[in-house]
Amino acid sequence: MEIRPFPFTEPDELVLNPEYLELQRDEPVARVRLPYGGDGWLATRYEDVKTVLADPRFSRAAVMEPGADVPRTLPTMPAETNILSMDPPDHTRLRRLVAKAFTARRTEQLRERAQGIVDGLLDAMEERGAPADLVESLAMPLPITIICEMLGVPFEDRDKFRAWSEAAVAITAFTYDEILASGESLRAYIGELAERKRVDPADDMLSVLVAAHDNEDRLTTKELVSFGVALLVAGHETTANQLGNFVYQLLGDPDLLGELRADPALVPAAVEELLRFTPLGGSAGFPRIATAEVELSGVTIKPGDAVFVDNLAANRDPSVFENPNDVDFHRAHNPHITFGHGAHHCIGAPLARMELQVAIGTLLKRFPLLRLDGDVTFKKGRLIRGPQALMVRW
Amino acid sequence: MGEWTVELDRDKCIGTGMCTSTAPHRFRLDGGKSTPVDEVVEPDDAVIDAAESCPMEAILVRADDGSVLAPEL
Repeated sequence: MEIRPFPFTEPDELVLNPEYLELQRDEPVARVRLPYGGDGWLATRYEDVKTVLADPRFSRAAVMEPGADVPRTLPTMPAETNILSMDPPDHTRLRRLVAKAFTARRTEQLRERAQGIVDGLLDAMEERGAPADLVESLAMPLPITIICEMLGVPFEDRDKFRAWSEAAVAITAFTYDEILASGESLRAYIGELAERKRVDPADDMLSVLVAAHDNEDRLTTKELVSFGVALLVAGHETTANQLGNFVYQLLGDPDLLGELRADPALVPAAVEELLRFTPLGGSAGFPRIATAEVELSGVTIKPGDAVFVDNLAANRDPSVFENPNDVDFHRAHNPHITFGHGAHHCIGAPLARMELQVAIGTLLKRFPLLRLDGDVTFKKGRLIRGPQALMVRW
Repeated sequence: MGEWTVELDRDKCIGTGMCTSTAPHRFRLDGGKSTPVDEVVEPDDAVIDAAESCPMEAILVRADDGSVLAPEL
C-alpha cells in the first residue's frame, strides 16, 4: 500500500484538495506519513469518519499517554491535555460544566444580543465608509464579543489574546517556539483571569469553572485553565474565519448571492450548506488511537494505530449527499459533520450557527450592493483557513 | 430507588452522537437519530450525563414517580 505524505499540499484558498475525494473513491482508508511521529491511517468516507469520531474503540486520550509518539505536524507531542484530548467519562465531567450555556435553546436567547452587536458593527463600518475590511469590521469582532461575554473575558484584552490565538492555531505561520510560547501566554492569561473571578465572581463561564474547582472539586486547576483557553480560542477562530469564508464565496458567486437575496428565509439552509461545503480546516486534524481491532471499509485497524479523519471529504461523500460538489441551498437533508460527531461534537455549534445566520442575513439585507473590492489573500500555514482581509464596497 | 424512563424526542434530535458516545450502552443511532437502547433502565448516571450533554435537550430522564431528573432547565 502506498504511503502518502500528509497533510497534503498547503490549501489553495477554499478549494478542497482533490486528493481527498480520489482517496474516498479508491482508497477510503489510506496510509499516510506525518512530518513527525510516523505513519497513520486517513479515513475519508462519511460512515468511516463517523465511526472513528464516535466509536469508543477510538481514543483521543491515548494521544496524551506518557511516552506516546503519535503521528503529528509539530515536532513535539502536546505538553498539556485539554478537553479535545480527553475521552468520556473525563471529557463528560468537564463538558457538562458548561454544556447548559451552549444548548440550542440558550443560544437562541442570545440571538437578539448578536443582532445588536452586528448592527453596531455595521453602523460603525458604514460611518467609516467604503472600502472596508469585513474581517476586522464584522467577522472577528462578532464572535470575539460574544465569547468574551459568555466566558467573562474582558473585550479590551482582545488584541492581546488574538495575537496569541493566531499563533496557537498555526502550523508553519509562526516559528515552533512562538507557537509554544503563545500557548503558555494564553494559559497564563486565563489563569490570572480565573484568580480574579475567584475574588470577584460574575455571571459567566469562567466563574462557573472556578466555583466547580473550588467548591465541588470537579476539575483540576490545569483542566480549568486549559478548558478556558480552548473555549476562548475555539469560540472565535472558527466562526470568525468561516464568516469571512462564507462572505467571500457568496460575493464571488452571483447566482448563489442572488438566490439568497431574493429569499432571505433561505439563510439558515444556506448557512448549513456553506458549513457542509466550505473547508475550514486545511491540515491533518486530531488523530484517534484505536484501542481494539476495528475494520473500516475492509481495512483492519490494529490496536495502537493512529487514525486521522477528514470531515470535509466526508461532507462530499456521494453516498450521502447528492451532487456533493455543488452548493445547493435546497437540500432536504443535510447531515454534514462539519461540527464533528460523537463526544467531541462542537459544543459551540448552535452558537456558531446563530452568529453566522445573523451576520449573513443582516449583511445581505443591509447592503444590497455589497461587493468585493480587489483581490483576497488567504492566511497560510494554519490549522484554519480564512481570508487575511476582505475589502468590500457597498 | 425505582427504575428510570428515558424519552427521546426525535423531532429535536439532530444526531450529534453526543449521547451514543457518552453512554454507548444506553443509546444507539438509528437512521441518523438517537434512540434509547432501553426505555426503562436501572438508575445510571450515564443517562443523566447524556441528557445534560445533549445540545438539543432531546433526552428526558424521569424517575419512577414521573419527576424529571434531567436535563435541568
